[in-house]
Amino acid sequence: MSQTEYITSIGLEVHVQLKTRTKMFCGCEVRFGEPPNTLTCPTCLGLPGALPVLNRGAIEMTIRAGLLLGCETPPVVKWDRKNYFYPDMPKNYQISQYDLPLCLGGGVPLYDLAYPKDAQKSIARPGKVVQLTRIHLEEDVAKSTHHSSFTTIDFNRAGTPLMEIVSEPDIDSPEEAAAYLNSLRQILVYGDLSDADMEKGQMRCDVNVSVRPVGQTELGTKIELKNLNSVSAVRRALHYEIGRQIECLRTGIPLIQSTRRWDDDLGETSEMRTKEQAHDYRYFPDPDLLPVRTPDLVAREREGLPELPHAKVARFESDYGITHYDASVLASDRALADYYEAAARGATAPKKVANWIINTLLAYLNEHSLGIADCPVVPEKIRALVDLVESGALSGTQAREVFADLFADPAGDPAAIAKAKGFEPADTGEIDAFIDQVIAAHAGPAQEIRDGNDKAANFLTGQVMKLSKGKANPKLVTEAILAKLRG
Amino acid sequence: MPTIADLRAAYAAGDTTPAETLRQLADTIAARDGDIGGYLSHDLDRALDEASRADLSLPLGGVPIAIKDLINVQGHPCSCASRILHGKYTAPYDATVIRRLRAAGAIPFGRTNMDEFAMGSSNENSGIQPCRNPWDHDRIPGGSSGGSAAVVAAGTAIAALGSDTGGSIRQPASHCGVVGVKPTYGRVSRYGIVAFASSLDQVGPMTATVEDSARLLQVIAGHDPLDSTSVPEPVPDYTAALGHDLKGLRVGLPREYFAEGLEPAVRDAVQAAVRQLESLGAEIVEISLPNTEHAVSVYYIIANAEASANLARFDGVRYGHRAASPSDLLDHYRRSRAEGFGEEVKRRIILGTYVLSSGYYDAYYLRAQKVRTLIRQDFDRAFDQVDLIASPVSPVPPFRLGEKLDDPLAMYLADIYTIPANLAGLCGISVPCGFAPVPGAARPLPVGLQLLARPFGEETLFRAAHAYEQASEWKNHRAYPA
Repeated sequence: MSQTEYITSIGLEVHVQLKTRTKMFCGCEVRFGEPPNTLTCPTCLGLPGALPVLNRGAIEMTIRAGLLLGCETPPVVKWDRKNYFYPDMPKNYQISQYDLPLCLGGGVPLYDLAYPKDAQKSIARPGKVVQLTRIHLEEDVAKSTHHSSFTTIDFNRAGTPLMEIVSEPDIDSPEEAAAYLNSLRQILVYGDLSDADMEKGQMRCDVNVSVRPVGQTELGTKIELKNLNSVSAVRRALHYEIGRQIECLRTGIPLIQSTRRWDDDLGETSEMRTKEQAHDYRYFPDPDLLPVRTPDLVAREREGLPELPHAKVARFESDYGITHYDASVLASDRALADYYEAAARGATAPKKVANWIINTLLAYLNEHSLGIADCPVVPEKIRALVDLVESGALSGTQAREVFADLFADPAGDPAAIAKAKGFEPADTGEIDAFIDQVIAAHAGPAQEIRDGNDKAANFLTGQVMKLSKGKANPKLVTEAILAKLRG
Repeated sequence: MPTIADLRAAYAAGDTTPAETLRQLADTIAARDGDIGGYLSHDLDRALDEASRADLSLPLGGVPIAIKDLINVQGHPCSCASRILHGKYTAPYDATVIRRLRAAGAIPFGRTNMDEFAMGSSNENSGIQPCRNPWDHDRIPGGSSGGSAAVVAAGTAIAALGSDTGGSIRQPASHCGVVGVKPTYGRVSRYGIVAFASSLDQVGPMTATVEDSARLLQVIAGHDPLDSTSVPEPVPDYTAALGHDLKGLRVGLPREYFAEGLEPAVRDAVQAAVRQLESLGAEIVEISLPNTEHAVSVYYIIANAEASANLARFDGVRYGHRAASPSDLLDHYRRSRAEGFGEEVKRRIILGTYVLSSGYYDAYYLRAQKVRTLIRQDFDRAFDQVDLIASPVSPVPPFRLGEKLDDPLAMYLADIYTIPANLAGLCGISVPCGFAPVPGAARPLPVGLQLLARPFGEETLFRAAHAYEQASEWKNHRAYPA
């Protein structure tokens, strides 16, 4: 039997730290990199007598996430206590949401560019939307660091608002799981909800995976994977685990519901606990917090909702006439999309602006290890530069030289730099004379052009450029040659 | 000891000073508290220092207040009378009620004994020391705020704060012959009160007179943004409710509260008090609270469920008792908690854990919440008919220490008259209404009258309790005559 005789079902539980100023249930600031245990108070330390107070901002952000992902918000939501003992949890219960979470349903669209690069050519179901079960809002635990003979705990993180996004077992492959995480991150960043960087622990995920033979309707035995610290770890762990589970099924080893830990160095999973050892969390409504009515909050969030990546792609295609691919690249990052729009608005050729940004600007930024947010050149100058090329005032090569100067000295003006470099449009009379001179000197290619071979004009254009010492605009020269020879 | 009102007058007249009052208190404590055990600790020097800065123009300026040992006072120990915290925990912050007391000029002075984590009705569950009834040292002061009641009754405090989860202010007030008020749920902030059962706990005054309770509640009541369950309802002037007759007031007597199990001596005292209310102008109406019989079971499910989570934080990781050289994390948790908690606390944590367990939740916790709603509806209907409900506080007078220790169920059942007010979120008061002759007791022992009012009806409580107190002779009886 081969892998194609098995169906894989993957569900993800993603924890996302929200970008709030303060913690979920107290006024302590949320900041990273501070000395341990300096951002704490009686509430987030779980001291006797301290009480939680809901962070309204975190509730609003979770509702916004839900709206961006097409979820429903129940009219009344509440918080529950999830009971278990662990040293990183100061109260030994976590305040979470059990049966009335902030968001129900919804889905995450998988963007083509969100798939791993090597998988983008073979997307099984383009445009697939992974269904969500729910999103709830809870508090993060403290951070434990294990040393040789002891463990230290930093409570700065304890109580940070944490959104848990739970998907249906709707994902069919490790590649879709990667696309899911990348698409989700894109949307959360678009909503200004989180930086959602897995490597920084701002986004963490547990994966449930099961396999079953084709033809079997009920899901196979669910195995949960933990300790997945990057998108690539998720993908690799899933490949390993799916292979392991299929091997078990093929050889008749029964799979039991369990939790397994991914070892990134060894590249394999190992069993942590089985279902028999699973916790009974004894959820019950937290009597310290009142239920929250949501309709007004939802209405307010709905008004200020940002445009989502896929909507932006469609709009860029129709408003600016750019390709789906270019639009997808530009929309993959909200800051980049905003940059492009600022440059393209009012430009003679928005399509050329897109090319410039994708081919030249991004390459420059990459080279200098800068993000689009740190780009020294303002979008208006890119527009001016591309307009100069379009009007024939500058050649592409000249424009790239101007851009290099601009990048080094962002205060400069593209037209002024071009002038200073002597990239003035040459005297048309002089260029005209050069054209006549070149046509006369190269009768062969001239005849080819007369016979309909446009490509031969490239050679003649090159000769004219040489005579003009690069000052002529090659595009205009070509047009003039064609006009002269073909009328 | 003087009342708050007396003390303020004496300060104003220059007859005494806060420092003088504190020294006198310390002397009286030294003389009497060895027999009673009402205090777990007190810090005279610290209090004297605070007294030197006291602003006597404030409502409680220079008035020392004894504090139940589960209320956080910055720099004071806060042990909840438990070995898991005793000697191992100093409160790093002030509870909101303490901040309010300080803002009103009061001086928190002394930590009063209690049943461990407020779990008990006799103060016998204190993990530190027994507490005795000032009227008869062989007998219990009641609980869980037994220490707060005893120190006021013994004249070793001017006034005290207690907390009431199922009767823990009213019942010891009744047993010790003092006034105790359980405010409406949400009236007083719970921030800084070590939680027993979060949906039931309320802090309230325990004082020698009704007027002092009104003055004390005036200061501690009010909305607190740090407690989401505190209610943004304005605090009326409680002293304005004092000094009126009871004309037009309808008082209900719940049939179910005067039934089997009520000792005749207690019943007689309460019935006499009811007749006195009538003579003051109140109209007496018989009412029914049909779900009363379920209250104790519902209470012990909900309170213990909440407690099982609330007490989970006492694990020896960050503070409190920690077992010596544990073999692993589980062993650390098990032994730290086994060594730190007393029998009753363990019993309740286990019961609470059980009723929340998968497969039992619906049958216990969920059903208890539904019956709790029925109990609340009983009161809603009753308060359509009457302004107040009058009843005994406890069906029995204070019993001898150790007498009921091996029968926890009998002790639970004795809370039948006080528990429903917590389940329904009402306010209630216990005011002394006489003395019951008890065989074997040195002298007749105090009996309290319980009055209950609808949520935020504290003014009605004070009006009726004050009128009764002024008309009756019990205020003249003291365990330690001056």
